[in-house]
Amino acid sequence: MKRFTGFIKKEFYHIFRDTRSLFILFGMPIAQVMLFGFAITNEINNVDIAFFDKSKDVTTQEIINKISASKYFTNKQIIKNDKEIETVFKKGKVKAVLIFDKDFSEKLTKENKTTVQIITDATDPNTANTINNYLSSILKNYQLVINHQIKHSPQINPETRLIYNPELKSVFTFVPGVMTVILMLVSAMMTSISITREKEMGTMEILLVSPIKPFQVILGKVFPYIFLSVINAVVIVLLSIFIFKMPVEGSLFLLGFESVLFIINALSLGILISTISSTQQTAMMISLMGLMLPVILLSGFIFPISSMPFPLQVISHIIPAKWFIIIIKAIMLKGVGLSFIWKETLIILFMTLIFITISIKKYKIRLE
Amino acid sequence: MNTILYIVQKEFKQIFRNKGMLPIIFILPLLQLLILSNAATFEIKNIKFSYIDNDKSSNSRLLIEKFDASTYFNVISNFSSIKEAKAAMSKGEVEVILEIPINFERQLSNHKDTDLSITINAIDGAAAGVQSVYINQIVQTFNKNITISLSTPTENKSSTKIIESIPSFWYNITLNYKTFMVPGILVLLVSMITLFLSGMNIVREKEIGTLEQMNVTPIKKSQFIIGKLFPFWIIGFVLLTIGLVISKIIFNTPMVGSLWLIYFYTAIYLLVILGMGLFISNFTDTQQQAMFIAWFFIVIFILMSGLFTPIESMPYWAQILTEFNPIKYFVEIMRMVMLKGSNFVDIIPLLIKTLFYAVIMNGLAVWSYKKTN
Amino acid sequence: MIETNVIQVENLTKKFGDFIAVNAITFEVKRGEIFGFLGANGAGKTTAMKMLIGISSPTSGNAKVADFDVFTNSEDIKKNIGYMSQKFALYDDLTVKENITFFGGIYGLSRKKIEEKRQLLVEELGLQNIVNELVGSLPLGWKQKIAFSVALLHEPKIVFLDEPTGGVDPITRRQFWEMIYKASNNGTTVFVTTHYMDEAEYCDRVSIMVEGKIEALDTPKKLKEKFKVNSMNDVFLKLARNIE
Repeated sequence: MKRFTGFIKKEFYHIFRDTRSLFILFGMPIAQVMLFGFAITNEINNVDIAFFDKSKDVTTQEIINKISASKYFTNKQIIKNDKEIETVFKKGKVKAVLIFDKDFSEKLTKENKTTVQIITDATDPNTANTINNYLSSILKNYQLVINHQIKHSPQINPETRLIYNPELKSVFTFVPGVMTVILMLVSAMMTSISITREKEMGTMEILLVSPIKPFQVILGKVFPYIFLSVINAVVIVLLSIFIFKMPVEGSLFLLGFESVLFIINALSLGILISTISSTQQTAMMISLMGLMLPVILLSGFIFPISSMPFPLQVISHIIPAKWFIIIIKAIMLKGVGLSFIWKETLIILFMTLIFITISIKKYKIRLE
Repeated sequence: MNTILYIVQKEFKQIFRNKGMLPIIFILPLLQLLILSNAATFEIKNIKFSYIDNDKSSNSRLLIEKFDASTYFNVISNFSSIKEAKAAMSKGEVEVILEIPINFERQLSNHKDTDLSITINAIDGAAAGVQSVYINQIVQTFNKNITISLSTPTENKSSTKIIESIPSFWYNITLNYKTFMVPGILVLLVSMITLFLSGMNIVREKEIGTLEQMNVTPIKKSQFIIGKLFPFWIIGFVLLTIGLVISKIIFNTPMVGSLWLIYFYTAIYLLVILGMGLFISNFTDTQQQAMFIAWFFIVIFILMSGLFTPIESMPYWAQILTEFNPIKYFVEIMRMVMLKGSNFVDIIPLLIKTLFYAVIMNGLAVWSYKKTN
Repeated sequence: MIETNVIQVENLTKKFGDFIAVNAITFEVKRGEIFGFLGANGAGKTTAMKMLIGISSPTSGNAKVADFDVFTNSEDIKKNIGYMSQKFALYDDLTVKENITFFGGIYGLSRKKIEEKRQLLVEELGLQNIVNELVGSLPLGWKQKIAFSVALLHEPKIVFLDEPTGGVDPITRRQFWEMIYKASNNGTTVFVTTHYMDEAEYCDRVSIMVEGKIEALDTPKKLKEKFKVNSMNDVFLKLARNIE
């Protein structure tokens, strides 16, 4: 045991002496959380719009003013002919063009019905769709205003309550996501690299012939990183509470416990990666190339899993990050206890055990 | 010139000799392109929908059917009390709860207003916003139909003024997400592979000790850097080409503009990424450090590229920051040239910025490679 | 052969912050000489050598290698020297043949010349069976011998060897020294650091560095006379003790 603690101490020294790496390990996650927390949102705002107004009268001017006043649209541009529509789109900035025909207002007064054309740049379908919805609802509102004198018919008023995040802050989805991505990648990368590094340098053999048992070697290598990752997790949680005003409705203790569990899961995945790679280069490429996009895309961090095709929903089950994101959101925002998230917790635990079992098997084969 | 060829030859040999690395460079990214392109969609579909029907009338059932019929919502359960429903929401079993009040039908037939109570799990704010819009639309349509069926013929509909909007979605009529995502994800994969490989390259030689051997040779700094860049530049092109073929054959991604223009841009773009990688490599002591720094930047580049979340919605300072994001430029170019058919003149501003960036990054790479310390 | 100095060093100093790694050393090396550069670990040998081969800039002093100044013309020096370090420096993941081609190419030899050199090397070292093997799979002794030959590929005026025989068996060390003699006979100056004192006996002249300074410099024979001992090992021990 004494030998083992000595070994862990050595690993700690190893890490803490390298101030540059230390700075990278702590500084970068904080920088990322701050940056993404403030910058990234999946709302759509500040859209550039262009108007092609062939009617040019009070009504169209009123509509244009209404749209320009909305917070969704900032820069407006006036187009004079059909050709320009294509040009503004190809130049890239303008996302939507509104076209009023020459007889727009005339039709509205004479026939009570008129049309306006909304062209959107659908190369980004989400933005296009959302802009279209924004514009339609602005037009609907305008329609209500000009119809205000009409007799009232019975209305069904949907009263919508948005719970857990009434102000629809994007931060609430992004902070848990960013935290998960950081913990997963940093932990997996750190362990897989530090173990393969020993292998590459030939020092692993020295450790393995020493009286320390192989699993102690691995444990000793991993232990300091558990510590580092926990510090990272604590800092991120503090940032989200104090800077981004995320609530912690549930128990902080439970949040801590789940985070440690997830960190251990990521570290054991790192060990698994180190067993299948012989060089640092391979280990890094597997942990970066293999984990980065799947963790970002299949965890529900940005894209809702329920919208994915069925096979991908199935694949998403094997991404530990997916379960952890559900857990953090549940604890921080919904304020539920373990009785609501025991399933997710067990799944992460189970995955961790699988990673460790496979790693041990692989190491044994190598040693024999 | 000859010297460069020898370095290039050596680098290629080393890359292709590492059998563990080849599948990571060529197969892993393409597999991800095939799979992950399907994952990236904001389309709201199959939202887990539940209801509490206190009225149990034909109209309340009709309303619920309307929700069930839409592709946005999946009616999965009904509850007898809001308490039960809330518990289910806490567990993540449902996302939306619709509560229909007692007297729903009676109020309507008496020409009186009635309220519906809707609860949405708003943790994902943007999705919740969209869901709320869809719910309103369904309720409005239902309302309109009811009004018509209840209204007396004397109420003349034609007195209402209607402004109808006719949407047309250019460049992607069906709002197909894959059209948008496949080229975007391809850009990410090409950038990641080339940045990681170049980022590890020089620092790896530093760690093994061969860099010292290189430093005592009369090789010129620029020769060395060019010789190191070139193989990864080629790998970038190979990946892009296979990726484009997959996009065309499997996803049928439209390619409106000139492919030559894409390749021309890529040639310059890759220099930015590779220069950056070599700069990181020169600047660090161990592969571990190099990879962490490369990881740091690539995560920022990916999340702030405008591919997954819109750049226009970012605060102003963050939009300025994205000017330093090469991936943003490439994503934009792909969108412009492949989907909109933008031509050379349209992309000149982006091209100039990228070129400028490439000069700076490679300048830094050559400068930071010190043969003497 | 005219006796000229190919290395001329005057008060060469290297400081890392407050630590003086190399403290005003002065010496010269003659053409064709085997010059032993001795010292305990951390005495400053490697740092001094790195300044001479142009990968570390001196803090002060003067030094000329092959008539080029280490401050201003370090790149010209590199054309005229070969170098082999204690951290073995061929590429493990390239074959012997590929390493030869690569380093030959880097030094600007023509394809034809590289081919000639390779055949010569294969014959001299008896590499026929391993020329297409990865260097990483070879035993250390082989690696060292090949690395030395690769360092001589471009026929440099001076070859710098940084503890070239670390960790190899006595027979290989013997063979290695035969290679060094051969190079020296061909007119190549050999500058070698080592901490094997028996190897010091093979050198024409040796310098002994202690804590950044050169404490002794002469032929092994004269040094032994001066310190009145029988072996270089004892010379070294006496010097080290004096300092303490």
